[in-house]
Amino acid sequence: MEIKRTELLRFTTAGSVDDGKSTLIGRLLYESKAIFEDQLEAVKKASERSGDGEINLALLTDGLKSEREQGITIDVAYRYFSTPNRKFIIADTPGHIQYTRNMVTGASTANAALILVDARRGVQEQTRRHAFIASLLQIPHLVVCINKMDLVDYAEDIYQQIRREFELFAAKLDVKDVHFIPISALKGDNIVNRSDNMPWYQGSALLYYLENVHIGSDENLIDPRFPVQYVIRPLTDTHHDYRGYAGRVASGAFRKGDEVLLLPSGFTTRIRRIDTYDGELEEALPPMSVTLLLEDDFDLGRGDMIVRVHNKPEITQDVEVMICWFSDRPLQPGGKYILKHTSSEVRCIVKEIRYKLDINTLSRNHLDLHIGMNDIARVLLRTTRPLFLDSYRKNRTTGSLILIDEATSETAGAGMII
Amino acid sequence: MIRLLESESIFVLREVAAQFNNPALLFSGGKDSILVSWLARKAFYPARIPFTFIHIDTGHNFPETMDFRDWWMNELGVKLVVGSVQEAIDRGMVAEEKGYNASRNLIQTAVLLDTIEKYRFDAAIGGARRDEEKARAKERFFSHRDEFGQWDPKNQRPELWNLFNGHKRQGEHFRVFPISNWTELDVWEYLATENVPLPSLYFAHERAVFERDGMLLADCEYIPRRPHEVPATETVRFRTIGDMTCTGAVRSSAASASEIVREIAALRVTERGTRSDDKRSETAMEDRKKQGYF
Ligand SMILES: Nc1nc2c(ncn2[C@@H]2O[C@H](COP(=O)(O)OP(=O)(O)O)[C@@H](O)[C@H]2O)c(=O)[nH]1
Ligand SMILES: [Mg+2]
Repeated sequence: MEIKRTELLRFTTAGSVDDGKSTLIGRLLYESKAIFEDQLEAVKKASERSGDGEINLALLTDGLKSEREQGITIDVAYRYFSTPNRKFIIADTPGHIQYTRNMVTGASTANAALILVDARRGVQEQTRRHAFIASLLQIPHLVVCINKMDLVDYAEDIYQQIRREFELFAAKLDVKDVHFIPISALKGDNIVNRSDNMPWYQGSALLYYLENVHIGSDENLIDPRFPVQYVIRPLTDTHHDYRGYAGRVASGAFRKGDEVLLLPSGFTTRIRRIDTYDGELEEALPPMSVTLLLEDDFDLGRGDMIVRVHNKPEITQDVEVMICWFSDRPLQPGGKYILKHTSSEVRCIVKEIRYKLDINTLSRNHLDLHIGMNDIARVLLRTTRPLFLDSYRKNRTTGSLILIDEATSETAGAGMII
Repeated sequence: MIRLLESESIFVLREVAAQFNNPALLFSGGKDSILVSWLARKAFYPARIPFTFIHIDTGHNFPETMDFRDWWMNELGVKLVVGSVQEAIDRGMVAEEKGYNASRNLIQTAVLLDTIEKYRFDAAIGGARRDEEKARAKERFFSHRDEFGQWDPKNQRPELWNLFNGHKRQGEHFRVFPISNWTELDVWEYLATENVPLPSLYFAHERAVFERDGMLLADCEYIPRRPHEVPATETVRFRTIGDMTCTGAVRSSAASASEIVREIAALRVTERGTRSDDKRSETAMEDRKKQGYF
């Protein structure tokens, strides 16, 4: 059961309204032949109705009735295409301010973010916002696509100027890998092949970049963390004493025979077996779903964590996070929420709102602490039980959490542990 | 590739078992729900699958589907409950469509919601995939339904990382889609690699079919034919299996899952192109989903 993690690239698209996100995705799907004839026919018909001559590739991704009526993207849409080298999952997210939460959603699992900039308009408030969110969510690879180059005569100086403007802003962000590509999503320049219209651009076309960007080290392979998700107890005659801890390896590696530490009990034991339906394994790596059997009979449950003896997560009830707020009910100082972190669920209280972040200037506002929908703030939480956590920078799985509104059951916020 | 998708789906299935009290798995007899049940067996091995299976029986199923269903339920050792559309019609709960294109597809939804309510299921797992259809492309893994079973696509919960929020209010339930990220080709590659048993309908066979609106329909008692619609025996297979009245066949000689993989890789029409229920209007799927279809 070999898992090749580099065969799958998840990416998200971001940018202001009308920067061309849907068109770009439509173009990628079209060029990689992921669009079938009946889909293309439907889009052609719809394009004729709206009557702007060319087929509107954006219609391939705008799925809901209200989206097509208003010509905007409302909700995250997922798209799939593959080339002989990789499978791609695109989270197409809307650009409007009120839908920033969807951008965060799409970004949370992405390996790469494509940020679109309209060449005529340059870096906008939304561009900064999205670049910041990409850095906040630690998307490993950022690709700034300077789009609509056809409308600025494919001019190099415009591209260079936008690039400088973006770099100036990005210097303040925590991004590891930024790439710039001048494109025309509508005409297809620098999407699959290098464009003849921009001989001054020496880099690769977008699809080549996506196919080859190195994602092998995007995941944490150092710190072994195994949140117990579900306990398997068949209680049948043949498996009477079977007690398996089912879960997905969050990070690091687990091998048969490894000495492990159980949290919260603090007991140590060894891994007796790594089970799957298809047989036993010698080793389990992220993101494999397996079942661990232990040498000794301890009673673990959902929310417990199996780690290595000499590599422990932080064990604490005081959790400091950067939080993105999604709910139209503002974050309440002193408010109580349900907190979900890996497989554990606890209650928490908001001890302190430290500051609100202005994501245009990246400055901290200590005075206005009203945290409403789409705001980002640094917050201190106190939980009813200890969590086993790592910082989000080190570990996207054990470093992330969500808050749930107890009254409405809705997901109210997403937290990145500091 | 398929191993990554497999591990994600198993994770989601285990999440359902952990977060809900009375989860069910919607089993249609089609390849996607067979795949989900196959993955569920893996997820809980060596224990039994902790879900009740639901079949919404339109009464217009292919006999091959029904035989397969009964055999497979027995193999898995799971409990099956059947929601009968015929019974709902007889009770007057729903009214049947009339005419040449009559289908029980729409009234299925009412029966499904009724079954969920009757058995108090708090989650219903389905085999829908995001690549199937544009409204489905917007689905979450954990998809919230209000007390009327309705989907509100404009107001979906954000779904971050792998943290699925299954909290809900009294009377509400969830639809869960563990194979959201699989494409049709992924499904067939996996079914072929794993030798998953499938109803014979998926493989090339001889059948009396006739053409309507560019689709090949099976000649059967449930579909009234117009005078010019003359059936002929052809070698066909089905790409999706639903109700006989809305599932079209394709001409094909693919006799095994791996031959189907090759065939699909070369195909240029989506599988939903063989479904007349989706051809009724551009938003047919979105409209049905909002009402509670899966
Ligand atoms: N000339 C030109 N127009 C473009 C390009 N990309 C997108 N557009 C147009 O810009 C408009 C908005 O595009 P759309 O993809 O819907 O933007 P979104 O809001 O970011 O999804 C549409 O009319 C597109 O045809 C491009 O590269 N060149
Ligand atoms: Mg759009």
